[in-house]
Amino acid sequence: MQLNIKYFGMLAEVTAITEEYIQTEVCSVSELVEKLKNQYPKLGDKDFKVAINHHLVDQNHIINTEVEVALLPPFAGG
Amino acid sequence: MEKKKPKSVFIQGAISSEFIGTSIAKHQTKTSIGAHNIFLGQVRADEIEGKTVTAIDYSAYEEMANQKFYEIREATFEKFDLTCMHIYHSLGTVKAGEICLFVFVSSPRRKIVFEALEYIVEAIKADVPVFGKEIFEDQTHQWKQNSI
Repeated sequence: MQLNIKYFGMLAEVTAITEEYIQTEVCSVSELVEKLKNQYPKLGDKDFKVAINHHLVDQNHIINTEVEVALLPPFAGG
Repeated sequence: MEKKKPKSVFIQGAISSEFIGTSIAKHQTKTSIGAHNIFLGQVRADEIEGKTVTAIDYSAYEEMANQKFYEIREATFEKFDLTCMHIYHSLGTVKAGEICLFVFVSSPRRKIVFEALEYIVEAIKADVPVFGKEIFEDQTHQWKQNSI
């Protein structure tokens, strides 16, 4: 299946892209994050949360359908 | 053909004092209101390791941010007896000393607006995916993080 991955703030800076589409099998959020960290080693030491279709999810969440996955660094609004 | 967009919280650049003044004036016709309360977030010229912040460049995950603003708005109306509320947040560059967040709540009575305003501002800071790049005078930058 295809996932749309979006990167924001400092994460877009270290990956040098704001979004991409990747092919993957059914996986957990933590497995996906590991895969992305392998691809972009500089993500490794960054603090971020993961949102799926605009909702925050935890590391155990299973991704089993085509969704939008956003990697969100610490918020700084206001 | 132009479609009518849902109301967005985001404003490009700083929020001007004229905009804030006009917003207040617009409430003069709503005469059930007895109390307004306003929060203005201003960009601080923090000094970090000998360098001074001259501006913050704001970006957001806009779809999720608008959803979060909507949820905060619904929860606030559920919790507090407000007549109206408005939230505006900057995107793009806002210089030190300029306004980047404008929250405006109104109610018949004062106690509610004090509580509601704090609730909204804290929720925005904690829950809305907005990111801030602090730009120093030498054009280097670091990424801002809200304190708890």
